[in-house]
Amino acid sequence: MGLISNGTTIFDAGAFAAGIGSSMTFIKKLTADGSGTNLTFVNGSSGVVIDSTYKEYIFIINNIHHEEADRNLSVNFRDGGSNYDAAKITTFYYARHGEDDGSAELVYRGGTDTVGTGAQQLMNGIGNSADDCGSGYLHLFDPASTSSVKHFIATTNIMQDNVQSVEHHIAGFCNVTAAIDAVQFSVNSGNIDSGTISLYGIA
Amino acid sequence: MGLISNGTTLLDAGSLDGGVATGDMILIKTLAASNSSALSFVHGTSSVVLDGTYKEYLFKYINIHPTEVAQLVINFRDGGSNFDATKTSTAYNPYHVEDDTAAGLIYREAWDLAQSTGDQIIAQELGAAADESGSGYLHLFNPADTTFVTHFMGHTAYYQQLGGGGPFGVIYAGYCNTTTAIDGVTFKMSAGNLSTGTIKLYGIK
Repeated sequence: MGLISNGTTIFDAGAFAAGIGSSMTFIKKLTADGSGTNLTFVNGSSGVVIDSTYKEYIFIINNIHHEEADRNLSVNFRDGGSNYDAAKITTFYYARHGEDDGSAELVYRGGTDTVGTGAQQLMNGIGNSADDCGSGYLHLFDPASTSSVKHFIATTNIMQDNVQSVEHHIAGFCNVTAAIDAVQFSVNSGNIDSGTISLYGIA
Repeated sequence: MGLISNGTTLLDAGSLDGGVATGDMILIKTLAASNSSALSFVHGTSSVVLDGTYKEYLFKYINIHPTEVAQLVINFRDGGSNFDATKTSTAYNPYHVEDDTAAGLIYREAWDLAQSTGDQIIAQELGAAADESGSGYLHLFNPADTTFVTHFMGHTAYYQQLGGGGPFGVIYAGYCNTTTAIDGVTFKMSAGNLSTGTIKLYGIK
């Protein structure tokens, strides 16, 4: 049975028509439990979709807390094969402000931008006191394209190990025309104790 | 009454079936200013949800127009009835005056907060002339959490009336340095009222 209102099909054949509902679709949530060094989204694995189904993907990073102090959260991309090593060119700047009202500044940080295949920092130096964590989001545009580079943009905020609020802005592109089919978030030492990363597709 | 199409239940007992795709960015509440002293979203009041239902909340403030030139500010409630959560934050400011004589990007120490319960500035000297307003968004992460600090980040584009006048921005971020749940967010002017404008609250599943 279908339902047609004023000439518009609302639902038919057991499903609502395209365009009914939101254009932001939840795909997958990964939760850190202290047992691993990374949270990894792979197209076709465990219900993850990172292909041409959507033109944009958003990862929402929530309350990442590391086992060790002064550790980073980084991201890397898979462009074929099994390694997370897509060539990248990125920018990285941050604003920071200490709880003691010191260190207020806006800085481009050449040491944490990337020209190469290494992981790109998204959060630099998160503390590991009981209430320390970092949150933010990462946009990945058109990862299935095989004709263009793949752009990404991220903004995060953390309580840094030296007790300050630090907002990071990262953007760049995977300088490849191979499709990006997986994204890995990792800590540089120790494990990710807790936190979630949720993946959404934008129609 | 239920509704079944082609053997698939679409709705029953007053709600859509869990398998029906409805989208994962949910409009929770829209508040409209009308010479208002503040627009406040308080969990459990007027259908506002601001708890563990969602891990992220998104506020969009659209064409906020004040009754007089002043700062547009926000604050957070962490228990009790006051909007006074302790915050440490950053704020910086891209600007370009209308006559093209000045443009730049500056860290604004006067607009950030260090362990302060005061309001966070999200637009400085927001213009009050007929066509002047400010718009932007605020992300609030996991406000119901009682283990970690609560992060927020936002970006406002607005017309600043003073300092040459023109398009200005505030890019701000920080954390409520409390492990008490955040259950309310308020938007107001540092002087005068919110004449017109809309603020929408969304939950991200």
